[in-house]
Amino acid sequence: MAYSDKVVDHFNNPRNMGSFKKDEEGVGTGMVGAPECGDVMKLQIKVQNDTIVDAKFKTFGCGSAIASSSLATEWLKGKTIEEAQKIKNTDIVQELNLPPVKIHCSVLAEDAIKAALADYQKKADGTATDAK
Amino acid sequence: MKLPIFLDNHSTTPMDPRVLETMLPYFVEKFGNAASRNHAFGWAAEEAVENARKQIAKLIKADPKEIVFTSGATESDNLAIKGVLEMYGEKGNHIITSSTEHRAVLDTVKVLEGKGKATVTCLPVDKFGMVSPEDVRNAITEKTILISVMLANNEIGTINPVKEIGKIAKEKGILFHCDATQGVGKIPVDVQEMGIDLMSFTAHKLYGPKGVGALYVRKKNPRVRIVAQMDGGGHERGMRSGTLPVPLIVGFGKACELCEQEMAQDTARLLAMRERLETSIMKALEESYLNGHPTNRLPGNLNISFAYVEGESLLMGMKDIALSSGSACTSATLEPSYVLRALGVGTELAHSSIRFGLGRFNTDDEIDYTIKKVIEIVTKLREMSPLYEMAKEGVDLKSVQWAAH
Repeated sequence: MAYSDKVVDHFNNPRNMGSFKKDEEGVGTGMVGAPECGDVMKLQIKVQNDTIVDAKFKTFGCGSAIASSSLATEWLKGKTIEEAQKIKNTDIVQELNLPPVKIHCSVLAEDAIKAALADYQKKADGTATDAK
Repeated sequence: MKLPIFLDNHSTTPMDPRVLETMLPYFVEKFGNAASRNHAFGWAAEEAVENARKQIAKLIKADPKEIVFTSGATESDNLAIKGVLEMYGEKGNHIITSSTEHRAVLDTVKVLEGKGKATVTCLPVDKFGMVSPEDVRNAITEKTILISVMLANNEIGTINPVKEIGKIAKEKGILFHCDATQGVGKIPVDVQEMGIDLMSFTAHKLYGPKGVGALYVRKKNPRVRIVAQMDGGGHERGMRSGTLPVPLIVGFGKACELCEQEMAQDTARLLAMRERLETSIMKALEESYLNGHPTNRLPGNLNISFAYVEGESLLMGMKDIALSSGSACTSATLEPSYVLRALGVGTELAHSSIRFGLGRFNTDDEIDYTIKKVIEIVTKLREMSPLYEMAKEGVDLKSVQWAAH
């Protein structure tokens, strides 16, 4: 199967690969997938004043899974929480030109974004409650 | 050194230039039909075919009359299994085979079973991928008419105890078919000593052309009969109709002759290269696991799982080396390798496997380059892997509640 140039580019030069400390303030972590299925994505966001100021990923999976999560971190940076919620897997499919058999990689990336946002929200709510 | 490097010699092999040279006259000059009995064109073609038959038979210690030409190993497997079932159906319909067979065997018996024509016992293999002769013995029933066990596996290279299985088959009077596609030309094969009654193999796995294969069909002790699966001119002693592809057969013959003459030196070279590839990689990369038998394996085969990284991404990172992986992402079925699963290799390690297939034309430089690349890409992808990070932090990955999808 031939990969699109964009997939190859993200695979060879992954953007924002790495990790934040999970307990760092403003950090939300999403981990989706399973090793048995052949792909696991960890996506992290760092939020300040409702805006995602930084994002990082680590992915176990095929080239398209790596590219999908790399692209997701690129898109997340600078977005508000609300804007980030709107990223759809179909946007990733279109941008990376993913073939049908690789659509699940984009679904996983969307799930990872949602999970990271939810984790951030949960932590933020928790902090708010503590403050009371 | 030229890129890309071909290290996928289990899928196919490059044709030996000496084979091509032998084939060339049979396209334009000597184009006759080997079945034309009444003119010089036909005689020349027939002579060439019979010469090739001898060369092929010699490699497997058979009689030339026991070689039936087919289009390849898949057809040979189909012809052997369906042909035997149809011929000996009155005696019984039970077939014994193993779980790591090639799809050409597994799918064939599955289809027959699905149609209610056969009952099938699919034997498990041990952790090295080997069939136990005792399991074969215990699976035999009054209805058993065929045992079909491969010589060497295409993914992990493990060589089965074929001789022992052949002995049991003989003792019980049951026909023994062996898919020897990966073994013929690579390791010594002797159909007499191994007690094989039917054997499938193909030219393109032994540096010959694609599109031609053979089924060995034993002529005496016992005389094996099969029902043809294609109707036509009754070629190949009535077992396989169709005009013989003379140039391909000539090439097949030459390829077998070369394998016979050069097996010892080829094997020594391959073993040395594989040994270096294996030890260099395993020494440099922790948590890499050998799949298949450590010693009883095809000389050109090396199959390794690299924990925490996925196979397709490994292949993508080594674009200039042609390899194959047991990862689901590289298969049509989206399931990880059934062969590795049958060995008890965990699904996650099956996803992480790479098959190196070394062949006659690989060089030391290519192996050096491959060693360097593999270490580089595995290290890079592990840095990128959340699983590797967790393992390094001491998390037991098995205890994690994964959100499966």
